[in-house]
Amino acid sequence: MTTNEIIDPANLVYTKTKVMNDTPMHYCPGCSHGVVHKLIAEVIEEMDFQEKTIGIAPVGCAVFAYKYLDIDWQQAAHGRAPALATAIKRLLPDRLVFTYQGDGDLAAIGTAETIHAANRGENITIIFINNGIYGMTGGQMAPTTLEGMKSATTPNGRNIALNGYPLNITKLLAELPGTCYVTRHSVHTVANVRKAKKAIRKAFENSMEGKGTSVVEIVSTCNSGWKLSPVASNDWMVENMFPAYPLGDLKNE
Amino acid sequence: MNDSKKHTVKEVRLMKGNEAIAHAAVRCGCDGYFGYPITPQSEIMETLMELEPWNTTGMVVLQAESETASINMVYGAAGCGKKSMTSSSSPGISLMQEGISYIACAELPCVIVNVMRGGPGLGTIQPSQADYYQSVKGGGHGDYKLITLAPASVQEMADYTVLAFELAFKYSTPSLILADGVIGQMMEKVILPPFQPRMTEAEIREKCPWATLGKTADRKPNIITSLCLQAEQMEAINLRLQKKYRDIEDNEVLFEEFSCEDAEYIIIAFGTTARVCQKAVEMARVEGIKAGLLRPITLFPFPTTAISNYADRIKAMLTVEMSAGQMVDDVRLAVNGRIPVEFYGRLGGIVPSPDEVLKALKDKIVIK
Amino acid sequence: MAKIKGAIVVNVERCKGCNLCVVACPSKVLSLSKEANDKGYNFSHMSDPDSCVGCAACAYVCPDACITVYKVKL
Repeated sequence: MTTNEIIDPANLVYTKTKVMNDTPMHYCPGCSHGVVHKLIAEVIEEMDFQEKTIGIAPVGCAVFAYKYLDIDWQQAAHGRAPALATAIKRLLPDRLVFTYQGDGDLAAIGTAETIHAANRGENITIIFINNGIYGMTGGQMAPTTLEGMKSATTPNGRNIALNGYPLNITKLLAELPGTCYVTRHSVHTVANVRKAKKAIRKAFENSMEGKGTSVVEIVSTCNSGWKLSPVASNDWMVENMFPAYPLGDLKNE
Repeated sequence: MNDSKKHTVKEVRLMKGNEAIAHAAVRCGCDGYFGYPITPQSEIMETLMELEPWNTTGMVVLQAESETASINMVYGAAGCGKKSMTSSSSPGISLMQEGISYIACAELPCVIVNVMRGGPGLGTIQPSQADYYQSVKGGGHGDYKLITLAPASVQEMADYTVLAFELAFKYSTPSLILADGVIGQMMEKVILPPFQPRMTEAEIREKCPWATLGKTADRKPNIITSLCLQAEQMEAINLRLQKKYRDIEDNEVLFEEFSCEDAEYIIIAFGTTARVCQKAVEMARVEGIKAGLLRPITLFPFPTTAISNYADRIKAMLTVEMSAGQMVDDVRLAVNGRIPVEFYGRLGGIVPSPDEVLKALKDKIVIK
Repeated sequence: MAKIKGAIVVNVERCKGCNLCVVACPSKVLSLSKEANDKGYNFSHMSDPDSCVGCAACAYVCPDACITVYKVKL
């Protein structure tokens, strides 16, 4: 059987979900954002929730997330996504409301909004992209930047005496009684992509069942910011990010 | 009381200005209040929490972790086409400026209440009007305006809560109620507005087709954003905003006059200060000074034309404010040098007395 | 024993040539083409189509959702 014969709608096993539109994404080649966007879109399609979902886009590289997923979106000021999500979910309790935030948005400027939304147990899902760097503004230090890790504002590596410690905010969020599900994943291998997707699905289901706040951290790469190729970034992430931010469930109630 | 008389009696209540805002919000079908305590306006949220409107109208009331969160909750709610509001006092309003700028650019309707206190900084908890510039000249970053209503009584606190929502939805823009600690704290009799139901989701979809209620199959995604990286497009958005502000200036100016018909001298004052000045005008009249009072009710849009018209008929104006002199700039722009415009003010939380105002009237303008 | 045969279609203009699919493919079917798309990226393509089993590993890890996968049991 030739390739052309195999390429037939009857034999289709995987294609881009319709919840994701055809607009080319602005992300750098190999960026984890694209995979996570795709997983969210797939879960929304599988749950048949396209008409019931409101996403909150952050400030950061994912500011334009609203261009790629055909759902209703609000774009929040830097760090404020959980505040928007709180109000939306409380006013529209039968809708699926999620925020999509980077490490700077969620763990630096928006720490208060994140912690208090989670502590109130808002029935929202927080998707947290942790790549240890500020991608959009050109690779400056993030709250999650590792000790010794170079960035535009830590050219000699993060110095604890000068810059303080990397913030493991997900661990902190797991301590709060308002969270029901706090989990950390990656999307660098097929197996990890599958697990991440399951986690997003579970988080969305929790939100709809009113169990409290679900947090799905995706340890991600920023190959432009890290100044590595996409493949080398994945290796670097496994070697350096995973020891500091180990994958797995931190809380599952 | 016999039955026939009972039907003609309106429901008159005695309450604080802050309480009147809370009652009016519930009654006008507000969907959500998000706030953070700060003196002298905490009674707004306290009253709402006592009223428990979530059990009656379904209105959501939430104490947020900060004014920053409050205004962004309002942004989220407003983006869903919901009637939402917050309230604070001067330092808290400063903290909200980022969110207000975003809401103005995203063209969302909402109501913000500022019960002003003396600043700058943490300042005092006594009444002030020193947030005039912040309220009518922008406040946050970028070219935007807030419809700004200045109540001078507890009744107006209730009435303008309703009006502020009407204007916010009419123009899809944030409205600000600019009160001060006196109006917020004092008790007066008030007739509360009638109950109107909250908008149903079908009504919101009809009236606010941009609202993010979930993308139905028959339309494209609704996106609430203030971001536009193409400068030409951003200029177009700005021009649209400016056109809206011109429409508001053309249609929504409100002011009140007192003894202005034959006046030779007019005092311009708003809010609490206008009440003091009205007494000063009465005292001046007793002394044979032909004084009047013009009270701007909308600070944006400012009653520029009305003030300008008086400049051709009278000898001088005195602007009185609880500030170092902010609104006086707009009065002078309206008058454009045709007659003297003098200023008298008290700062940092002091309310001027009618005697002081009368003396200022005499010393600063009548004598000339 | 039934043999499984697969094929993929890459949305060439959407592909950014990040190479993640090439690495993810267990059958070493893919490589980056010498040609470039309109944006200048060397897009991914099947250089060894006969080895494809349609496992979709490439599509799962693709950040730009530009791979469609087909599979038949022979």
